[in-house]
Amino acid sequence: MLLSLEPRGQQSRAMLWLSPLLAAVLTLCSGALLFALLGHAPLETLHTLLIAPLADWYGVSELLVKALPILLCALGLAVAYQARIWNIGAEGQLLLGALAGSAMAIQIIDWDSRWALVWVVLAGVAAGAAWGGLTAWLRTQFNANEILTSIMLNYIALNLLLFFVHGPLKDPVGFNFPESAMFGDASRLPLVSEDGRLHAGLYLALLALVAVWVLLHKSFLGFQIKVLGLDRRAAGFVGFREKRLVWFALLVSGGLAGLAGVGEVAGPIGQLVPQVSPGYGYAAITVAFLGRLNPLGILFASLLMALLYLGGENAQMTMNLPQAITQLFQGMMLFFLLACDVLILYRPRLKLKWAQRKTKATAEALA
Amino acid sequence: MSNSPSVPRLQLSGISKRYPGCLANDRIDLSIAPGEIHALLGENGAGKSTLMKIIYGVTQPDSGEIRWHGEALKMRDPAMARSLGVGMVFQHFSLFETLTVAENIALAMGAAAGTPKQLEPKIREVSQRYGMALEPGRLMHSLSIGERQRVEIVRCLMQDIKLLILDEPTSVLTPQEADELFVTLRRLAAEGCSILFISHKLGEVRALCQSATVLRGGKVSGHCVPAECSDLQLARLMVGDAEGLESSYPKVSGGLPRLRVDDLSWHNADPFGCHLSQIRLEVRSGEIVGIAGVAGNGQDELLALLSGETRLPRSERERISLDTQPIADLYPDARRKLGLAFVPAERLGHGAVPDMSLSDNALLTAFQHGLLSKGLIQRGKVRALADQIIQRFAVKTPDADAPARSLSGGNLQKFILGREILQNPKLLVAAHPTWGVDVGAAASIHRALIALRDAGAAILVISEDLDELFQISDRIGALCSGKLSPLAATAETEAVEVGRWMAGEFAPIPTTTSAPAATAAGLS
Repeated sequence: MLLSLEPRGQQSRAMLWLSPLLAAVLTLCSGALLFALLGHAPLETLHTLLIAPLADWYGVSELLVKALPILLCALGLAVAYQARIWNIGAEGQLLLGALAGSAMAIQIIDWDSRWALVWVVLAGVAAGAAWGGLTAWLRTQFNANEILTSIMLNYIALNLLLFFVHGPLKDPVGFNFPESAMFGDASRLPLVSEDGRLHAGLYLALLALVAVWVLLHKSFLGFQIKVLGLDRRAAGFVGFREKRLVWFALLVSGGLAGLAGVGEVAGPIGQLVPQVSPGYGYAAITVAFLGRLNPLGILFASLLMALLYLGGENAQMTMNLPQAITQLFQGMMLFFLLACDVLILYRPRLKLKWAQRKTKATAEALA
Repeated sequence: MSNSPSVPRLQLSGISKRYPGCLANDRIDLSIAPGEIHALLGENGAGKSTLMKIIYGVTQPDSGEIRWHGEALKMRDPAMARSLGVGMVFQHFSLFETLTVAENIALAMGAAAGTPKQLEPKIREVSQRYGMALEPGRLMHSLSIGERQRVEIVRCLMQDIKLLILDEPTSVLTPQEADELFVTLRRLAAEGCSILFISHKLGEVRALCQSATVLRGGKVSGHCVPAECSDLQLARLMVGDAEGLESSYPKVSGGLPRLRVDDLSWHNADPFGCHLSQIRLEVRSGEIVGIAGVAGNGQDELLALLSGETRLPRSERERISLDTQPIADLYPDARRKLGLAFVPAERLGHGAVPDMSLSDNALLTAFQHGLLSKGLIQRGKVRALADQIIQRFAVKTPDADAPARSLSGGNLQKFILGREILQNPKLLVAAHPTWGVDVGAAASIHRALIALRDAGAAILVISEDLDELFQISDRIGALCSGKLSPLAATAETEAVEVGRWMAGEFAPIPTTTSAPAATAAGLS
């Protein structure tokens, strides 16, 4: 083999930081190549995709609107992933949060008090947490693999949402469209500024960001979660309660995804629709890893991911590129990141004939 | 065996092997004559395993030459080594528990050797010829560790063997079993088979081997005739600095009982695991009790019950008590709060989290000692504790941020033991405290244990190293198939007697309580 990998023996700190950059560069290059093959001017397309969306404040506010649900889901996933609990169910937890929040909002559509919003948000968080809790229960009680159960629960959640939006929650005066009634003003998240759709979910997300950071980096609970993730036997040896930690991680994970869901329906959308999420919960998995399960890293990664969503829409509108472009970019990014991460623990080495001869020669010269 | 004795069977010259970050073998020369029993001595990490793998074709040397019967060759893979007549018995056996002896041997020899049925007569013949009783039809899981080792050896002898490599073969045997093994090995050597015997037990090497090559830090530090060297001389070759190796400690009789294990029985749900039956044990303050035994005789199970990783139901909680307080149903953290400290057998992955820093690993068990405030970690205090452990116990590490994985076995063990000792435990349970640790570190670990004992703590040491137990413990007993022998004062007993206990030759202890044996499955 021409190229071989040899273990470094320890983590390379430089590669820890360089690997995401390298992955980004590789993604851009492959993207450019792809566009060229599709017959579009590569640089222009990349510009449309990645730079044009941020031309004005409206673009920036849209970026934040898209980034919020991704950020919330990814923060929750980071907690679970630190414990090596592979929750793939953020999408379902998000949808259920949206569904329960909507159900609450429809119930109290006439309220004028600000408490309406509190109830709506709480309903969303609780439903997301409960959906995550279901995975925790299956795992702790029956030892069921959380990857499988959480994926399956995603489909159940989606179909529940579709059922309700086509049935019980459908707006009776909505001309039979599969939509709920618009929520009352009191149960909507207020806008942050007059322009654009950026809403108070921003503050909730920032709060969650700080809370998760404190949890993972300052608290003993976070330490226990990390020990459980790194070394299950050591966790048992000091008496950390594995089941409790699994419950906690999945409840937090689900709760934050639920918050993301209710933030969508009570924020920019304002009613329950079938397409609450264009796959935010799945994108969050990429984002959590891209951000190295570190809250600050996740913040940047979620902005990047939101940009890809925006850019994808932009490219769809102005250049007639298919919607799959966004997913393709996400996929490439995750792929390249994971591939580059190999370099943290391994160094590549070219095995060329002349190189071997050279090493041999130096060895002989030394001897 | 037709070669003239002047041509060595195996000759290595200038063998070097570099792994990233370490030179495992540095220009090693070694020569073994036909019929010679040659010892390869050295500490853990001295490069013995690497050299062995090179001889057996598992890895390739970076430079150097291997000569077999005087002919230079390249040992491509283990299959080639086997076809030349090189056999190897690894420290950890590769046997299938659910297959029979014959099936295991047939599997290892490949289809060409014949079916298990066809092999049976040959297996019987070989095992009889070398005095290793073995029944080909028995299932592997019903065999003792010593018998399993015989299977591995017989497997090597089935082919025309010229060089047999044994990696620490006696580490899993009782002294009596080891003696039987030596008889077999001598008989083999008399027939002309060369034997490479890897060990760090000096007594055995002297009894068995005609010559020895000693490795230190990847280099040959000396060739010698073991019978003509004293332990101290050999130890110097192995470690370089032999200071503090020959210390003996005064024996004491201890004070009030701290740990009481009362008629503890435990049914293991694992079909290949060991059940514990009617374990009765008392460890007093200010004494060290040692428990010997060959691995797999209930040590892991007993340790898990003592640490709290396995817990008994509340109704059984009196089975284990610490200072008269029943603890058998408590989680490890609750037991630690009452003054238990614990050093598990595996350092990485059990006693310490490999990928976490030493600081974090200090926090791992010491978190109930003022390192937390309102659920938040007091980083400054954790760091101070880690630095204190590193300093007090002379742990060699760049700083407390180094991951546990990066430390050598001995240094990490000193850190783990230090972490437990600084918590001022009333009772310390230590499993194999010096297993795989270099002699220097082992001596300092022993000194630390003795100092803790003299400060009034009760200490229970479970170890496979009989010499170690005789050196440090005040009372000694042995575990065999989940039963514990009576405990005797170390000063009044001998290795032979403990060896008999390790083989299960002791009278069952009469039951004092009429309570039926508790066969409770552990609650998780």
